[in-house]
Amino acid sequence: MPKPVIIQKLFEVFRNLTDHKYFWPVFLIGGLAVCTTASVFEFLDLYLQLILVYVGINIILTVSLNLINGYMGEFSVGHAGFMAVGAYIASLLTVHVFPSAMAGILFPFAILAGGVGAALVGFIVAIPSFKTRGDYLAIVTLAFCMIVKSVLENIDAVGGPRGLLGMEKLTTLPWVFFWTVLSVWVIRNLIYSNFGRGVLSIREDEIASDLMSVNTRQVKIIAIVVSSFFAGIAGGLFAHALQFINPRMFDILKSTDILIMVYLGGIASICGSIIGAVIYTILLEILRPLGIWRMVLMPLMLVLLMIYRPRGIMGMKEALAFLPLGDRWTQKIWRSKKEATDASP
Amino acid sequence: MPLLEISGLTHRFAGLCAVSDCNFSIEPQELVGIIGPNGAGKTTIFNLITGVYRASEGSIKLNGRELVGLTPNAITRLGIARTFQNIRLFKELSVLDNVRIAHYGQIAYTPAEALLHIGRFRAEERRITNLALDLLAVFKLDGLADEKAKNLPYGLQRRLEIARALATNPRLLLLDEPAAGMNPNEIIQMMDFISWIRRTFSVTIILIEHQMRLVMGICERLIVLDFGATIAAGLPAEIQSNAKVLEAYLGEEVVL
Repeated sequence: MPKPVIIQKLFEVFRNLTDHKYFWPVFLIGGLAVCTTASVFEFLDLYLQLILVYVGINIILTVSLNLINGYMGEFSVGHAGFMAVGAYIASLLTVHVFPSAMAGILFPFAILAGGVGAALVGFIVAIPSFKTRGDYLAIVTLAFCMIVKSVLENIDAVGGPRGLLGMEKLTTLPWVFFWTVLSVWVIRNLIYSNFGRGVLSIREDEIASDLMSVNTRQVKIIAIVVSSFFAGIAGGLFAHALQFINPRMFDILKSTDILIMVYLGGIASICGSIIGAVIYTILLEILRPLGIWRMVLMPLMLVLLMIYRPRGIMGMKEALAFLPLGDRWTQKIWRSKKEATDASP
Repeated sequence: MPLLEISGLTHRFAGLCAVSDCNFSIEPQELVGIIGPNGAGKTTIFNLITGVYRASEGSIKLNGRELVGLTPNAITRLGIARTFQNIRLFKELSVLDNVRIAHYGQIAYTPAEALLHIGRFRAEERRITNLALDLLAVFKLDGLADEKAKNLPYGLQRRLEIARALATNPRLLLLDEPAAGMNPNEIIQMMDFISWIRRTFSVTIILIEHQMRLVMGICERLIVLDFGATIAAGLPAEIQSNAKVLEAYLGEEVVL
């Protein structure tokens, strides 16, 4: 099926833009500057800022889930559970532990603590993944998600089913930008390393990968811990953007939302995850006036996408801008050296 | 001292005895063939040596070190690599990555360095990439380094699988039916190829094969299995006239 001309043009523009050698420096400095001025001088109205905050949080969630579902080829539906752990830990710290005058300064540590808490829980969830794969691991993560929700509902100290409130609105645009860039960068680094290649080989053929000296247990632990760490970070940011959380926010439906963004953007693609999260979040907002029909239209669009592009927008493809430069250089240097030795025998 | 020593090896699949009291040993630098009728337990022995299955009884020793109970990746790191009867490459990954993955055990940076791309990361990645490309060049696959493994023709996939196994730096290479699905011409090429690998990489090789032409042509010693037990072992010429072997193969045409 030939792609429509508009889409082709869009891809071309996108590629030319991201491959430019000053793309990353300009994007990072410019992005941080725009985010800071936008939140300090409020030249963007608060509603738009909130949407951008959600876009950032969803990018973190999507990229981190893609590590397990796309790159490792497992099917985890427990991502909302890790998010809940991060949200509750970060909120408890800023509301009850940190002195309220210091909450603003200590905010990054609260977020970090949420991420570490989620990572520890992720470590526990990684253990059943040694023995089970596919559908069975999906059931394990589903159970995990339900356990987190019911545990939170039954602890009165964190508000039980009523939830937790009293957080200040600490999640500002610059912070979201910072954490989003950090999570994308770290996960990209992981994928293009020895351990990342191990993650990919587990997806392709776990037994062969074990026989090719890949320590599959170590790789699984790293992938799940890193993924849940960033889910926890996203949870903390989410809690301080909404200023209110309750256990029902982190049920299986939230996990499904993240899954949709992963498969919409395309599995095993960081660029795809970002596109998926941006499109899904913004589309949901644009369609808000449709009220309840939004929930009819969105799934319908997904069905159409799966028919015409079953691997998602960027499935198994990556924009050049996300590939590490060092690796490309090493190969280039090796080739030119070989050509030189071949030419002069 | 033998490189590999197998004694009293027994493996049962819920009652079915796939390997029963199997004994043999392999000296360094040997090229040994394992033959036997279908279902004789040849591939099971490979799976036991490499740790895919855990032996019910008996012991497998590499240079005197017990392997039973170790995980496959630990055994590979001790110096045993293998290929598969039905090619098991990482199909969606590039040829280069297929080989780089096999270097997993030789990388000296920690997960933290990998996450931040700091410290030893860059130097190590450069080293591994160069090693992998050098190996691919030896196998004349370097021109296809960026190609996905699934896009290679069958013969090159077999070659890549052997290259990938050698990337783990093995002392003992197990080849499971390297000539499966090849025509007589390709079998002769494969024979030369296997002897060349042995010379170039100075590895000990055990191969399972049904193609008698190949087995008789290059193996120095043969081990014949039937119903999971060794029924004969010796030089190819001795095996050809062994009454027990002929009995095991009765009904099958043996092209010698």
